[in-house]
Amino acid sequence: MQLDDLNAIAEKHKSSRKKICLRSCMSAGCMSSQADVTKKNLEAEVKAQGLEADVEVRRVGCMGFCGQGPLVGVDQNGSHGLWEFVKPEDAPAIVGALKGNPCHVQRGDPNHPFFARQMHIVRANGGIVDPERIEDYIAIGGYKALHHALTEMEPAQVVEEVTKSGLRGRGGAGFPTGLKWGTVAKSPGAKKYVVCNGDEGDPGAFMDRSVLESDPHLVLEGMAIAAYAIGADQGFLYVRAEYPLAITRLQTAIKQAKQLGLLGGGIFETPFTFNVDIRIGAGAFVCGEETALMASVEGKRGTPRPRPPFPAESGLWGCPTLINNVETFANITAIVSRGGAWYAGIGTEKSKGTKVFALTGKIKNNGLIEVPMGIPLRQIVEEMGGGAPDGGKIKSVQTGGPSGGCIPAEYLDTPVDYESLTKLGSIMGSGGMVVMDDSTNMVEIAKFYMEFCMDESCGKCIPCRAGTVQMFHLLEKILSRRATARDLAKLEELCDMVKNTSLCGLGQTAPNPVISTLRFFRKEYEELLQPDPFGPRGNGEAKKQTVTT
Amino acid sequence: MVPTLLNEKQKAVDRVMQHASGDKRFKILEVHMKKHQFKHDALIEVLHKAQELFGYLEDDLLLFVAYKLKLPPSRVYGVATFYHFFTLKPQGKHTCVVCLGTACYVKGSAKVLAAIEERTRIKSGETTPDNQLSLLTARCIGACGIAPAVTYDGQVAPKQTPQAALEHIGKWI
Repeated sequence: MQLDDLNAIAEKHKSSRKKICLRSCMSAGCMSSQADVTKKNLEAEVKAQGLEADVEVRRVGCMGFCGQGPLVGVDQNGSHGLWEFVKPEDAPAIVGALKGNPCHVQRGDPNHPFFARQMHIVRANGGIVDPERIEDYIAIGGYKALHHALTEMEPAQVVEEVTKSGLRGRGGAGFPTGLKWGTVAKSPGAKKYVVCNGDEGDPGAFMDRSVLESDPHLVLEGMAIAAYAIGADQGFLYVRAEYPLAITRLQTAIKQAKQLGLLGGGIFETPFTFNVDIRIGAGAFVCGEETALMASVEGKRGTPRPRPPFPAESGLWGCPTLINNVETFANITAIVSRGGAWYAGIGTEKSKGTKVFALTGKIKNNGLIEVPMGIPLRQIVEEMGGGAPDGGKIKSVQTGGPSGGCIPAEYLDTPVDYESLTKLGSIMGSGGMVVMDDSTNMVEIAKFYMEFCMDESCGKCIPCRAGTVQMFHLLEKILSRRATARDLAKLEELCDMVKNTSLCGLGQTAPNPVISTLRFFRKEYEELLQPDPFGPRGNGEAKKQTVTT
Repeated sequence: MVPTLLNEKQKAVDRVMQHASGDKRFKILEVHMKKHQFKHDALIEVLHKAQELFGYLEDDLLLFVAYKLKLPPSRVYGVATFYHFFTLKPQGKHTCVVCLGTACYVKGSAKVLAAIEERTRIKSGETTPDNQLSLLTARCIGACGIAPAVTYDGQVAPKQTPQAALEHIGKWI
């Protein structure tokens, strides 16, 4: 495979395109509402109405507007349209509409702020390319960035470009990606590994699933470029077992890339070799933590270990290992082909580029959005999301899943970047944004997250194993109106202890939902408290009095 | 003491091998292990395959995997019990997984779960006495855009209400 071959594939595929394209979303969300049947019906209907010569029906990945699904997009005479809530029996009407017939199916507005305010880098191909055909990806310029890196750049130059871009890890902690790559590249060792963390465990976040389902080659290409930059020849893609569709599409993608020589030995006739294996998770939230994930890749129980040594020095089987999130890898091709300086021009001073958020909960427009860093939260929630449904009022926005916090409505003007969110006691996290309206009880939400952390604690270190259980019981006690001010004080003390003494990120961040709801919604806790029968200080005298009366 | 222990172990291996000899699924599993070159790090992949073939991981099956991969049974058992995805008990004929992720929770999946629990008289994680239905919960299936979501026999159903869920499982119980 050489550049000419790549261009030939692209040209051949482009020339086989038809005038009109019906894009049928086949992502997990739309598939659950019979999108596969819809696509079959559309194909049959195109044949039946004799439009085969002009119309193609393409399987595409996620278009983002999952709440209005199943979606069908259309490209006709250079304009793009969208149909929402498409049912299998709507196929004749949609195909008829291509000829100008009236159509009863709900049209989406591509100029709606939900779409108009987005900026696509990671999700650029979502809803456009067929995730199960590598030709489709090549036709829009796929694998050219890899070619550019392999033939025109030194590994150190690639690292430099990524450093220049200012890209930070999209998995949650926001560690500078270029710095991480540089460390792994400098670590001595003949064998190095690249690991892609697709164990998207945060409830309420599904951007990694969407990227893997809609554009698997983008992630593979990003991993290959990373491998070249750090000197690795083996990669692992760790994907949750809960995402079966993503796993099959990745398997297909790897097979196709190998067939074309874009993975394997001697890629683009250079000495560079890179193989990728998929590792399927088995339902353990803690495996999103990098050292636990590596244990899981090695086929062991997914328990974390203390750092240092960091994976960059001693990771998989003791070798230097680069671990990045799916979304981080998905940014790489754009950075390599368009330059780090271009990427650094987007976003804020310390948070560069774009971020994909999963906008869910009590909000009108559910779905995935990709926005430049620094956009005010209010724009996301009110303009793009359309505010709370059924006349409700937004009470808070939860970001960062069980490790994050709740941002109350009065702080909606906060720009969304790593630092601002941390200042408010929340975190960027993987990008889940769950909107809550005034019918939501914040203490209940804190309990919900604590139950999650309690269940998911791996049990290795005691503060997390025992602390989360005690905190859960205290929250339960508060919610059942049996707690006193003293219990609340104990809860706060435990938050501090678990946060500061746990081994890994799970335990260290487990108290965050409690701390953040206590910070902004303390009243809701206090309203549930009972007067202390033993007096405010709980001294012996007060106790005696209660006993005698 | 040592010879007795060895004997016990040998007996267990013999029993498992005899059990395995008459069952084609063990052959398929072994081919799968061979594909991974009997590497220790493929343990989770092998257990996934085993559960897919047998529905659940019984003791003899775990011993078989341990023996073939040359791993201590404690390690195999440890991994099988660590991950939520693996089950060591037989499952019902049908499964119903209620997602309790944040988005689904905010939109009322707890009510859906409560309705199902009341109707089937089992708690999540249990199977009905007639083995028709296993009720499970998920932490997040990534279908937050269509919350609350429930998975019936592997098929995700969007925007569930207690009524819709009861209607769905009504066919099974």
